[in-house]
Amino acid sequence: MLLTHDIEFTLNGVKKRLTIDVTMNALDLLRDVVGLTGTKYGCGEGECGACTIRVDGETRNSCLMFAVDFDGRDIVTIEGLAADPKADALRESFVEHGAVQCGFCTPGMVMQASHILETHPDADAETIKRGLEGNLCRCTGYKKIVDAVESACCGAK
Amino acid sequence: MTAIERYAAPQSLDEALGILQQGEVTILAGGTDLMPQTKAGRIAFKPTLLNIGRVAGLKGVSLDGAYLRIGALTTISELLRDPLVVQHAPVLAEACDQFASDQIRNAGTLGGNINNASPAGDTLVPLIVLDAEVELASKPNGSVTTRRLPLAEFFTGPGRTKRAANELLTAVRIPLPRPGHVARFYKFGTRPALDISTISIGIAGIKRDGALTDIRVAFGAVAPTPVRAPRTEAALEGRPLDAEAIEAAADAARDEVNPIDDVRASAWYRKELIHNMTRRMLDHVAHA
Repeated sequence: MLLTHDIEFTLNGVKKRLTIDVTMNALDLLRDVVGLTGTKYGCGEGECGACTIRVDGETRNSCLMFAVDFDGRDIVTIEGLAADPKADALRESFVEHGAVQCGFCTPGMVMQASHILETHPDADAETIKRGLEGNLCRCTGYKKIVDAVESACCGAK
Repeated sequence: MTAIERYAAPQSLDEALGILQQGEVTILAGGTDLMPQTKAGRIAFKPTLLNIGRVAGLKGVSLDGAYLRIGALTTISELLRDPLVVQHAPVLAEACDQFASDQIRNAGTLGGNINNASPAGDTLVPLIVLDAEVELASKPNGSVTTRRLPLAEFFTGPGRTKRAANELLTAVRIPLPRPGHVARFYKFGTRPALDISTISIGIAGIKRDGALTDIRVAFGAVAPTPVRAPRTEAALEGRPLDAEAIEAAADAARDEVNPIDDVRASAWYRKELIHNMTRRMLDHVAHA
């Protein structure tokens, strides 16, 4: 028998109220309960960053987070970022640089990259690489991703 | 798996300790260790899940007399950029910089890293050489009592500590550095991020006239717990930090660790790493 708990949080700017199993993880809540499948299930243990979301402004792995911890917090997923004009240049830069292949890691990459741009507006390639160290990509070899972020960072090249 | 019968997210330490006192509690802080451990079945939930994330006063860094006091819920990211930590315990900030990834540093807490008691826990070795102590609170007879324990004596095995089931780790205290204090941390992994240490080394002491005194050497991932290295310390204590003393200390270090073979490295390789990197770190200290 599962124990449930009521939580209230803001998801991409909209207030949500849900009753959930206390052991549910945040990623399952996003994908299976509220149907936001932009956030990806990759490794399930915090190694790959495909499930990156923002919690009160800081990036976290949603696979390592208990959904009950959403209570009272401000959550932003890749769907929320899609509505954010500040992220437009970054998305366009990913496209321009071909920093996307299969696309599976892309939501997590964009979430973390947007965080890097906000915290380090003048980030160089090294800062970007350090910032993305928790995000794995099995297709692109990273160079195009780093180029895309660097270009968005310093303005259009 | 035991079914969870109760979930609590108290806002006061008093209330949290009251729940702990009733027994059979799983404590949730950042969740970055607990989530994968429970999911993989390595640990089972107890009937009460206690989320301490909202307990007031367990977060943040402050000066407390002659100590730097770090609340147990302070995240690794917060430690990394905290001006008091950077000023008084830079070696801890350095270790935090090599800790997992940004996403995990934003969630993982210092208290969680300590209580997880991994022999390779990244903050443990620097904290041990800084003479850190843990503060444990409990409410055995209706009122809150606190005890302190040197971190070097806190660990009893992988995942095991001297924390009693009714106790909560509330803070870590580090004595403020004295004049001449030096400290270094080194972690070997196959890549900087998200790799569990193959070995880690912490060295601290007071450097005066080319010699170290009050030396602390600690190693991670070479034993069931992070360990102090008394023979290495003795080989160095008070001697001029010349090539001969450094070589003697590096030899002592290799001889006194007793690592295992595992997926990250063989025991032989770990011993050689300990030897070579202890020597290199002492060279750096000598020439700094």
